[in-house]
Amino acid sequence: MSSKIRILVPIKRVIDAALKPRINKAHNGVESKGVKFSINPFDDIAVEEAVKIRKNNKDLVESIHAVSIGPSKAKDVLRTALAKGVDTSSLVDVGDTELEPLAVSKILKKIQEEQGSNLIIMGKQAIDDDAGQAGQMLAGLLGWSQATNASKVTINDDFTAEVEKEIDGGIETVRAPLPLIITTDLRLNTPKFVTLPKMMKAKKKPLKVVNPADLGLDLENRLETVSLEEPAARKAGIKVKSVDELISKMKELKAI
Amino acid sequence: MSFKLLARSASRLPRLALAISRNSLPLASTYSQHSQYRHHSTKTVRLTAENYPDVKRDPRFAHLTDTDLAFFRSVVGDKQVITDSNDLAAYNEDWMRKYRGQSKVVLKPKSTSEISTLLKYCNEHLLAVVPQGGNTSLVGGSVPVFDEVVISVANLNRVRSFDETSGILKADSGVILENAESFLAEHGAVFPLDLGAKGSCFIGGNIATNAGGLRLLRYGSLHGSVLGLEAVLPDGTIYDSMHSLRKDNTGYDLKQLFIGSEGTLGIITGISILCPARPRSVNVAFLGLESYDKVRETFRRARADLCEILSAFEFMDRKSQVFASRFTGLPHPLAGEDNTDVPDYPFYVLIEVSGSNKEHDDAKLESFLESVMEDETVADGTVSQDETQLKTLWRWRESISEASTMFGGVFKYDVSLPLPKMYSLVDSVAERLKEKGLLSFEDSSKPVADAIGYGHIGDGNLHLNVCVREYAKEVEEALEPFVYEQVQANRGSISAEHGVGFQKKHYIQYSKSPVEIQMIKDLKKHYDPKGIMNPYKYI
Repeated sequence: MSSKIRILVPIKRVIDAALKPRINKAHNGVESKGVKFSINPFDDIAVEEAVKIRKNNKDLVESIHAVSIGPSKAKDVLRTALAKGVDTSSLVDVGDTELEPLAVSKILKKIQEEQGSNLIIMGKQAIDDDAGQAGQMLAGLLGWSQATNASKVTINDDFTAEVEKEIDGGIETVRAPLPLIITTDLRLNTPKFVTLPKMMKAKKKPLKVVNPADLGLDLENRLETVSLEEPAARKAGIKVKSVDELISKMKELKAI
Repeated sequence: MSFKLLARSASRLPRLALAISRNSLPLASTYSQHSQYRHHSTKTVRLTAENYPDVKRDPRFAHLTDTDLAFFRSVVGDKQVITDSNDLAAYNEDWMRKYRGQSKVVLKPKSTSEISTLLKYCNEHLLAVVPQGGNTSLVGGSVPVFDEVVISVANLNRVRSFDETSGILKADSGVILENAESFLAEHGAVFPLDLGAKGSCFIGGNIATNAGGLRLLRYGSLHGSVLGLEAVLPDGTIYDSMHSLRKDNTGYDLKQLFIGSEGTLGIITGISILCPARPRSVNVAFLGLESYDKVRETFRRARADLCEILSAFEFMDRKSQVFASRFTGLPHPLAGEDNTDVPDYPFYVLIEVSGSNKEHDDAKLESFLESVMEDETVADGTVSQDETQLKTLWRWRESISEASTMFGGVFKYDVSLPLPKMYSLVDSVAERLKEKGLLSFEDSSKPVADAIGYGHIGDGNLHLNVCVREYAKEVEEALEPFVYEQVQANRGSISAEHGVGFQKKHYIQYSKSPVEIQMIKDLKKHYDPKGIMNPYKYI
């Protein structure tokens, strides 16, 4: 066990969470032209948590590195992460290709090796494909422990982490030694606004662009999206004049 | 846009079900979500007639009879005639809970011709009338003073047409502003007006009061964007200029008479308005500043550097942020690492930029912010990183109005002043109230909690809100005509966008000359010779 914690935070640029996505004309994806993109909200929470962990454990954390896999515009979300307190960052520029979770995990494993990270904090899922697999697959590839859907994280001096997760009717607490992968849930923290001076300083922080071809990995997609459909629109309701009519209608529809 | 609603009593809620054509709008949830923040004082609102004994009911006006009611029912149907006292309450009381009328009947016609029939009847029978929209007036303009008949346009709520090429929207006057906005959003356009009450106010009322709001800086006043109107005159005549064109230089521009007439000339039933293309990229910066001079300097620089993408420039004093922070319970966007409090900067500014190209707009905003940060014009700030943050930042400006009533009520002054002197009015009012021993934020035995200032720097428009625990007469006397005298001394306007209504009727001479007042009276007399339209107000 190394004597310091080196945190890695993978973040994804996705269609803004507050916008309603529209299906494209080819029905094989979501319309991305003229749409606002932002950091995946769960990843935003992961960045916030990484910075918080360093603040609460000043002597333990050596570095925080953020990585994004996406088009060159994903530099924006990396800049935001740097402004929030991340030290260094890298962009694996895959252009407009949408990689599958396994390919993403393979790349992240490479970055982990390069960075010597021993704690990976990442969103439990990206809100665009909602796959929710990258964290777990990465844990598998690395052979590390994993604590998913974290709602509270405590790092101990002995390089173990206690992670709480909300489950039906209560909270489950797991404890594991580093190296460890933590995936974040919504209630872990509330990301703060980034102040302008920090944003300006972030411009000078390192942002390295990595060519995926140089990583020597098989990133071939294995799945094909056959079709994407909107949920059927809800039919308009009707008004009934009396309780009797209501009951007879419900009987007609075999609801009672 | 959830927080911008002015939630009121439950009896108003059914209006939300009257969604405009081709649109179902998810408003109900935002309404209820909001109501939890509302701090209504439980005290009943005193009758306007009791509060202002000098204002007497005009004896010329007839009292409502059963014959009248029977006629009304024959025109609009039984369900559209409201006489139950519980149901009437929401129409008699204003949003600030400051004025309460005693109307015995509310009529909710469904068409322009029904309104024409009703007005003709009221005019013939000398029944005074109050036209009502969303009832969000801040000057007591939309509620009766005595027993006037309330005619609500709530049932005139359809979008009539939208031309995507020209951007001309034609709609009934009772369409809720937010519904019009959502409709336009789907068609790539934007309503040229936006204001905090958008979830409740009607576009007809916006025009009748010449509402200003948050987008005036960018899109100009309604006097420019309204192309035509349909309105019913007191004698039942229907004036119709809905066909109007952008360019038409034939005869007097009559529609202008109705814009800002506050229901004193007739009832607006339809509007035709030019709607700009919807900006594809919007961003918001929120800044903390050390002084009011720096606010002005930042505005000057924003106009120069941001130029065509600048779409809002709003300023707020620290006190207004303290109110907003208590009201929303959110951590302040510029709060330090370890606390959630409003930082010590005396002023805050919200800048919105909107345009068509995000890269271009972001780059412009970034270089502007860097330059004002570098030379310390701006002390601190933040920029929204996503839509959620953008809405949160706006909330710190838009929730102030509602937050101002948190302690019980508010005296609202909405004045235009030359920029250099604009904020000093807030200081002099706060000082005056303190001198008179009426103001204390901590001591709840004092009637006034604080005097706060915010508003549209871009338009030279200050909102002075005197947040009170109760509507005490000595507070009103300390404020009026003091505030108006200050405004007049600085050659400002006593009502920049809220209108005159009941509150400012006697103060209009502070902003209008005797000649102007006489011309207004002449016009009123010509179109409403019996004076039945929205009496006891305006002029």
